[in-house]
Amino acid sequence: MPAGGTLAPSDAVITPLDEIRVRADFPILERSIRGKRLAYLDSAASAQKPMTVIESMREYYAEHHSNVHRGVHLLSEEATTAFEGARDTARRFLNASLAEEIIFTSGTTAGVNLVAQSWGRSNLGPGDEVVVTTFEHHSNLVPWQVATQQAGASLRVVPLDSHGALDLGEYERLLGPRTRLVAVSHASNVLGTVAPIAEMTAMAHQVGALVFVDGAQAAPHFPIDLQALDCDFYALSGHKLYGPTGIGVLYGRAELLSQMTPWQTGGGMIQRVEFEGSTWAPPPARFEAGTPPIAEAVGFAAAMDYLSRIGFQAISDHEQTLLTYLTEQLETVPGITIFGTAPGKIGVVSFGLDGVHPHDVATVVDTHGVAVRAGHHCAQPLMRHLGVSATLRASLGLYNTRADVDQLVVALGDARRRLGA
Amino acid sequence: MTDLDELYQSVIIDHDRSPRNFRELSGDGCQEAEGYNPLCGDRFRVMLKVEDGVVSDVSFTGAGCAISKASASLMTETLRGRTVEEANRLFDAFHRGVTEPDDDSTASLPNKLKVFRGVAAFPMRVKCATLAWHAMKKALQTSQGV
Repeated sequence: MPAGGTLAPSDAVITPLDEIRVRADFPILERSIRGKRLAYLDSAASAQKPMTVIESMREYYAEHHSNVHRGVHLLSEEATTAFEGARDTARRFLNASLAEEIIFTSGTTAGVNLVAQSWGRSNLGPGDEVVVTTFEHHSNLVPWQVATQQAGASLRVVPLDSHGALDLGEYERLLGPRTRLVAVSHASNVLGTVAPIAEMTAMAHQVGALVFVDGAQAAPHFPIDLQALDCDFYALSGHKLYGPTGIGVLYGRAELLSQMTPWQTGGGMIQRVEFEGSTWAPPPARFEAGTPPIAEAVGFAAAMDYLSRIGFQAISDHEQTLLTYLTEQLETVPGITIFGTAPGKIGVVSFGLDGVHPHDVATVVDTHGVAVRAGHHCAQPLMRHLGVSATLRASLGLYNTRADVDQLVVALGDARRRLGA
Repeated sequence: MTDLDELYQSVIIDHDRSPRNFRELSGDGCQEAEGYNPLCGDRFRVMLKVEDGVVSDVSFTGAGCAISKASASLMTETLRGRTVEEANRLFDAFHRGVTEPDDDSTASLPNKLKVFRGVAAFPMRVKCATLAWHAMKKALQTSQGV
């Protein structure tokens, strides 16, 4: 770049993430916690919201709100345009081919239950198998447990290697003519492991099985290209993606959705209703019974736009650099064990401190302004696999800095001293 | 003393590290109940014997955080030799002690249980402190039914 010159905007140019500017976008980061600076290291549970998301919802309610797909009046038209605009934002964000493949749900859990019940009801039978993995969150495990039990089908579980990566050799052996569906998290909420979805999908499709991906943890960290992944269903949550709670997306391949029956029924999802029976609207309306979360869709779209403006390359570079620093710093704490060391993991680090319970540590570090999660992280089978009842977890978002990591490490030292570790 | 100093007093750390009456209890008249917190996975079993309306022996096993384990340990120390009626009254007083420590009714708490008054500043930890107590109350109810 010539001295004094300016660089023209170009897709090929990656602007590194500007920590100060990004942090200023998130008003909650200004809060003090028990008199201390907030070090928010719990984005894997729920990410904080940039002002643009908060403002988009305020503006929607203050100026445009009505119900969607109902009235002929201007406000209803504006609300419908905003809601359907959000659907198209999600389609672009996930690189799905059709907006009709994007169903708005209340979150990832609702997406899993929708497919497990709707698709499962007509496609699972006695002797069939659904493959899950050892690191599934309860939300991508229990719905499949229930669906297979209802159908007389069974669950098969992909084991992990010592780093917390999926054992793909064993996965291949589990796949067979009885496999109807593979349900897998794109990224583990405990270990940070990223599953090779494209590869696993190709293997599943070879035996005629479908693939359902829980993308709740992956979507905030790297771009999701549904056409490249080629999976059949993909679910995610708005609130983990810097958007509002109460909204999520379920992507389903158009030809599958068109054959599926509704999960919930009511207003907005029908074509014709008579006392003797009803017919269903085409997707996505078929799967969106009742008044949808309109303001949440607007806020969710604002969050996706925000992330696209910053760019996932910048986000990923920032988080990966910080993940390395976090891991190095944690390793300096005596008595620490880190769970999950698979290459290419996301910025989620679960750990334990010898001889002290995670909840006590979490309480001590909270008084230092540090928010981390302690518990089983809705992954009890994985905890048993790791041989612990609970872990601590620090998870990174795009607004975290070295200062957050340093604050955590100081707090952990205090926890060890107080708790006698 | 800060809230945190009060929460993790040395007596609590001591009972977490070296829990008293941390053993199995069995045999005639042994009544037991489990306390389990599905949110955090803490799980304790409280075992006790009641003879002539008096808690003659009480013990516990299980795993949990420092607050829940120390609370179970100090509870067993406090209960031995008390009547069932006194144990139930202590349950109520302890519960108030960890939620409304300034309430007059908590003045009757034995001193060794007053160390848990610091829990009140951490509402998320009240369930830890009361876990073994709920199990104890359940165990007493089973014994009354015999």
